[in-house]
Amino acid sequence: MPKFEFPPSIRSRPVYGTLEARPGKHHLMVADADGAEAILDVATPELMAKTHIIYIPKGAVFTDKLRALKPAQFYEGPSYAASLQRIRHVLQNAHMGLQIYLAGTEGLMGQAQNEAMQAGYPHTAIQTEHRGSIARRMQCVHCKGITEDVETDPFVCAHCGLNLFVRDHYSRRLAAYQGVCIDAEDPGNVPEAKGIYE
Amino acid sequence: MTLQFNDETFRDDYSFHNSQRAIDRFPFPFHEDSYMYSVNMEQHRGGPADSVYEKRFDVDEHYVAEMRDRAMVLADDPLRCQCLPHMTLAGWDLLELIMVSKSEDYPDLFELHRDGDTWRWVNKPMGIDDTFTFMDETTLPYGPMEYITRQAQGDFCVLDQRDENLWMDAGMITTQADWSLDFDIGMNFFEWHAPVPLAHEKGIFVRALKFLLNIQQGAPARRLNWTMTVNPLLDTSPENYHKWGIQKTSLTPENIGSKQHLRVELQTFFRLPRSNALVFPIRCYLCSFQDLMTKPKWGRRLHRVIRDLPDELATYKGFIDNRPMMLDYLSQFDDGLPTSLGVFADTDTEPPLQK
Repeated sequence: MPKFEFPPSIRSRPVYGTLEARPGKHHLMVADADGAEAILDVATPELMAKTHIIYIPKGAVFTDKLRALKPAQFYEGPSYAASLQRIRHVLQNAHMGLQIYLAGTEGLMGQAQNEAMQAGYPHTAIQTEHRGSIARRMQCVHCKGITEDVETDPFVCAHCGLNLFVRDHYSRRLAAYQGVCIDAEDPGNVPEAKGIYE
Repeated sequence: MTLQFNDETFRDDYSFHNSQRAIDRFPFPFHEDSYMYSVNMEQHRGGPADSVYEKRFDVDEHYVAEMRDRAMVLADDPLRCQCLPHMTLAGWDLLELIMVSKSEDYPDLFELHRDGDTWRWVNKPMGIDDTFTFMDETTLPYGPMEYITRQAQGDFCVLDQRDENLWMDAGMITTQADWSLDFDIGMNFFEWHAPVPLAHEKGIFVRALKFLLNIQQGAPARRLNWTMTVNPLLDTSPENYHKWGIQKTSLTPENIGSKQHLRVELQTFFRLPRSNALVFPIRCYLCSFQDLMTKPKWGRRLHRVIRDLPDELATYKGFIDNRPMMLDYLSQFDDGLPTSLGVFADTDTEPPLQK
């Protein structure tokens, strides 16, 4: 699947790169769905011998290919929430020299990056590569509820039901973009929803 | 006590009002007949007698009512005050700065008695008389930043300085011009300013950051910023925008003079001694159009500034839809005469309205 080229945006919006193997004693790779392809691209036998892969397929079929890389440890999680305790465990028990690689959707990378930051890793030291869905993880600024995998702008908050427009303003701490009521000054006047980058 | 505190509200019936003194000392933000972003910094070392620039932390007739409003906002939404764990020391620095400044600048209103680490703080307008141990959080009812900023007008951003950047790592934000501390906490200087149009391209933030990183102890700085608010509403937060946004549509040609307020932020910047953090108080002053129009120079100038403001800024500041009605009103107070330079109203020398 070709990589999506994000249009230029404001300074709080994350910028993703391309994973590269860096020197390290241990390597933690967390990916979802098409993020597996970024791992497949960077994998070498030497790297995989020291790598712990945590993969959330979300319906994609890369598990066998990832296992075939013979990583030192491999876990397939049914959801991010199910994988979270294992991610925390790895981060809390890590030693100096751990390299962190995140790949896949923005929601996955943002949440895993936040866990790593809370464990003391500077966000600038964490590699990321976007692959797959361009849906966003959105926070409603009004009720604070998170709506996952938002693909259209505007969208309806899954919690309070307000019509929200999708901002590019992004919080690493919340791992979410900001959604703000679009019809506060003219209730009911909600433009037709379209794809976020259309 | 020399200062009389207004019994007034910033919500519901909006009984907020400015006395003649408050109008006279209103920090009108435009030093010329046009406006564009700039790094408009100057030293914060006093100013004309009785102006809002005179004291380190201005205390005015709205003090008690503003603190009452802040307590209501915090009761509804405690996330308006947050402090990341590494910022507690900066909170003590801020508590000391405000207590020392206010007790020195307003000895009839505030007293600070220090005996080693045992401090007694007396806040007469709010009826507070607390004794606590400096640097011991367990001796205060709140963390140090929250404790003192529940007693100080204006919002407070407490910025950590590292990696050649400033980080929004603590704050008390209840009178904000539509930005969310809960969303922005932990961001660096460029990130929390990301939504501001035009200024990045003009290099404003790069220059401003360079200036701020070099602010030294004892040499605070200040600047003014401004926006527009319908009704004297302090809590123009994004959190509550779905509730207050509709008020922008309540303007009519008949009520615009009393309902439309120019909202001015006196922003100051102080280096804090122990933490090396930077505290960035954002003090909000509100003045209705009709009160501003009592100063002929401000009437002339406000019309010209609003008329010529780029659309991007009118949109960002949230009044593009109301601009035509504002101009209809303001044009009545612009007779085309030249205006004197500088922000002050110069009522003794500026001619009265010639129409």
